Amino acid sequence: MKLELRGITKRFGTLVANDHIDLTVRPGEIHALLGENGAGKSTLMNVLYGLYQADEGEILLDDVTQHFRGPGDAMTAGIGMVHQHFMLIPVFTVAENVMLGHESTKGIGALDIAKAREHVRSVAARFGFQIDPDALVGDLPVGVQQRVEIIKALARDAKVLVFDEPTAVLTPQETDELMAIMRQLRDEGTAIVFITHKLREVREVADRITVIRLGKVVGEAEPTATNAELASLMVGRAVELTVSKEAPTIGEGGLEVRDLRVLTPTGQIVVDAVNFDVRPGEVLAVAGVQGNGQTELVEAIVGIAARVEGSIRLNGTELVGQSVKAILDEGVGFVPEDRKVDGLVGDFPISENLILDRSADKAFSRGGTLRRGAMEAFARDRIAEFDIRAQGPATLAGTLSGGNQQKVVIARELSRDLRLLVAAQPTRGVDVGSIEFIHKRIIETRDSGIPVVVVSTELDEVVALADRIAVMYRGAVVGIVPGDTSRETLGLMMAGAADPEVAA
Amino acid sequence: MSQTTPGAEDASRGLPPEQLPPVSGPLVGDEPPPPRSNVVIKEILRGNAVTTILAIVLAMIIGGILIAFTDEDVQEAAGYFFARPGDTFAAIWSAVYGGYDALFRGAIFNYRADDFVTQIRPFTNALGFAAPLIAAGLGVALAFRVGLFNIGARGQMLIGAMFAALFTFNLELPMWIHLPLTLLFGILGGALWGGLVGLIKARTGAHEVILTIMLNYVAYYLLLWMVRTPGLLQREGTNQPISEATPETAQFPELLGPSFPQLDWGFVIVILATVLVWWVVERSSLGLRMRAVGENPHAARAAGVSVQRIYIYAMLFAGGLAGLAAMNQVQGSVTTGFTANIDAGIGFDAITVALLGRSRAWGTFVAGILFGVLKAGSFSMQAQGIPVDIVLVVQSLIVLFIAAPPLLRAVFFLPKTDQEKAAKARAKAAKKAVEA
Repeated sequence: MKLELRGITKRFGTLVANDHIDLTVRPGEIHALLGENGAGKSTLMNVLYGLYQADEGEILLDDVTQHFRGPGDAMTAGIGMVHQHFMLIPVFTVAENVMLGHESTKGIGALDIAKAREHVRSVAARFGFQIDPDALVGDLPVGVQQRVEIIKALARDAKVLVFDEPTAVLTPQETDELMAIMRQLRDEGTAIVFITHKLREVREVADRITVIRLGKVVGEAEPTATNAELASLMVGRAVELTVSKEAPTIGEGGLEVRDLRVLTPTGQIVVDAVNFDVRPGEVLAVAGVQGNGQTELVEAIVGIAARVEGSIRLNGTELVGQSVKAILDEGVGFVPEDRKVDGLVGDFPISENLILDRSADKAFSRGGTLRRGAMEAFARDRIAEFDIRAQGPATLAGTLSGGNQQKVVIARELSRDLRLLVAAQPTRGVDVGSIEFIHKRIIETRDSGIPVVVVSTELDEVVALADRIAVMYRGAVVGIVPGDTSRETLGLMMAGAADPEVAA
Repeated sequence: MSQTTPGAEDASRGLPPEQLPPVSGPLVGDEPPPPRSNVVIKEILRGNAVTTILAIVLAMIIGGILIAFTDEDVQEAAGYFFARPGDTFAAIWSAVYGGYDALFRGAIFNYRADDFVTQIRPFTNALGFAAPLIAAGLGVALAFRVGLFNIGARGQMLIGAMFAALFTFNLELPMWIHLPLTLLFGILGGALWGGLVGLIKARTGAHEVILTIMLNYVAYYLLLWMVRTPGLLQREGTNQPISEATPETAQFPELLGPSFPQLDWGFVIVILATVLVWWVVERSSLGLRMRAVGENPHAARAAGVSVQRIYIYAMLFAGGLAGLAAMNQVQGSVTTGFTANIDAGIGFDAITVALLGRSRAWGTFVAGILFGVLKAGSFSMQAQGIPVDIVLVVQSLIVLFIAAPPLLRAVFFLPKTDQEKAAKARAKAAKKAVEA
């Protein structure tokens, strides 16, 4: 089925989220919709799916104009959507989730669960993966849950499938598997819309690429375009994807981690006998697939982890067993993995978030009273210095875009007197333009003679920033390799293979 | 398609540099804001103050309906409604008007009285009733801001009263030392009882709702036992479960002289407490940490705040404020000796007052005064033959409406918030999806 959007315009008050967007998706084609967060991709898809009504423009399927009043109409017309946040009921089985909303019945309304089971099995067989129709969705790994979403869409005979940021929650392996499924669907004649802001994936899987910026189509690109070309289309100016950095000037002291073990409160070992050093002036990147102990390693360094054994020394001072406050006072800057949980208080204004760990600092409080003037001036300076896009210091942090929230966190940490910077997933969910900025600041921090630990599951980021790379697998460091190690080697190490050529 | 650009150069050529978009999402900062007045009106209409006032109005309307229903004249006139409907409406009017008029005269300004002192006395009574409500409400509100549901104002009040009586009632001291000492012990007792909750929660992670509720019982029966036991708190020469009278040197003097018996210096202390709570929560660095713990304990912890310690501080503070409420009772309104019911329901009304005040210091202050007014007015309404329960119903309805802003908006046809719009759109979409 051919999908055509003509002149779609959607306004929210004075904001034009979609401005006369044209898009054609042919059967048997993967059409990538590329754009930064807030560019209007999701709005466009919500219009297509009937969740929003377009102010102007029309939707055509096989040259017939459609009028969707809700997702039900869109589904009936053959449009399926795999949402970024899954629309599944965790306590239902796979089969129950798949049949929900169009349950087939037999006799006097008894559910025909067998049919749904059969459907799940046949789709799974078609794409060559295993899925138990009777498993509870809540028990399944994220990647498998996504497949349930795909099966759900296919169960309604979707001829046009929309994937909304499908890889945001997947590990690299799961991403590869998803792409294989997408290719197979394409080869069977499904029209696929693939929404993303990740350049590598687009180039790998897309047949055609449409780039959206600020609600407008700014151009089309071929999958053969380079990352830099795509990025500059997306951002609207030339973007440096690789951070230019000099060779490190390594100093003395820094962070020494010896025989570090972290246990969960229930006694499970999550970080096992980890040893490494980070010297002033270098970036050690900790690579690995999500969930291999990186989170706990970082929590141990900043003193949040529950049970820590071994030793973490910063310039000779033992950090294990100290309070978070004492560790921060030692000069440890911490950019947490999940800024919304650990980094920011969403209902606080930027100015308060910027001094969250310094509320007793003389610069911001006198005799126990906050110096609001000083806080505001500080916030104004940081907003200017870190290019935080906000109305002003009083803007609530929770209303900012992901990239700007992250800049608030980075601004807070980098404006202290640091002796170590620990940044976990510093650019997760951050737009390309902000990534460039954040990477620059991290390298500047390194160059000012501060040891930096960057934890990232994105190989691009690891390669861009690292002077040395420690790869973690199942809680242990598989090896520490130079920053210019090939992706293939790193990939093997992330899967647990000890590096053959290492002597670190 | 508008244009086909295979590479980067074309893109940068396509737009002049001054039109280049911001680095990140367009939603923040760069859109021209809608007209200022428009924003202000919307904010006010959606704001807390307006919903609060509307809730009060709506509750009063329903209260009026109840007054009409329970009024005997109305019932009688309704018996021949179809013969002379005018009688019924007249009866309804006189019942409702009479009721709220009595409330007004009993709680704010008695325009029927002869001299100004008598005219204004009802309002001073209301302020007197409000004082302990405000103090205990502040305790609940402060705990709310730290993310704690302090249901234990009652127990904290009881222990405060107990401490004051145990340690200071049998002393003979000049007033300038006796009064503050009693006050201090009352606050200390409440603070310790509250702090105990904070300590247990911080150490063991037990939930404060269960702890405070259960400690309410412990406090009640402990105090009951004490006022029953001679040699502890029971008044000498009686077998009633009642304590000694508050020593005269420990009683708050009347603020405006003997013509205004309900209003004493305790109210001034409560005003000071409100200022203090406002300063601590909104303006102090400790308050920043407290609010951070309340809004997002994870981020607070990662920023080096000891969440446990903040819990203990907050509960000490909250308990102390409940203790102050108890002292407003013991040193102010109930000076003839107290029983185990000295809290007089204030501990629970405090939760309502804090909710009504949106957990802000001055909001709680105003809410406390409103409840003081209702309480003072309920006596004169009762004198009019209106059931006192109506006032309680009105109080409850106010909170009910405030707790359900969408209901209130629906009743008054107010504009919806964006969140509600989004929620409704989602619900609609889900319904469609299921029907399809």
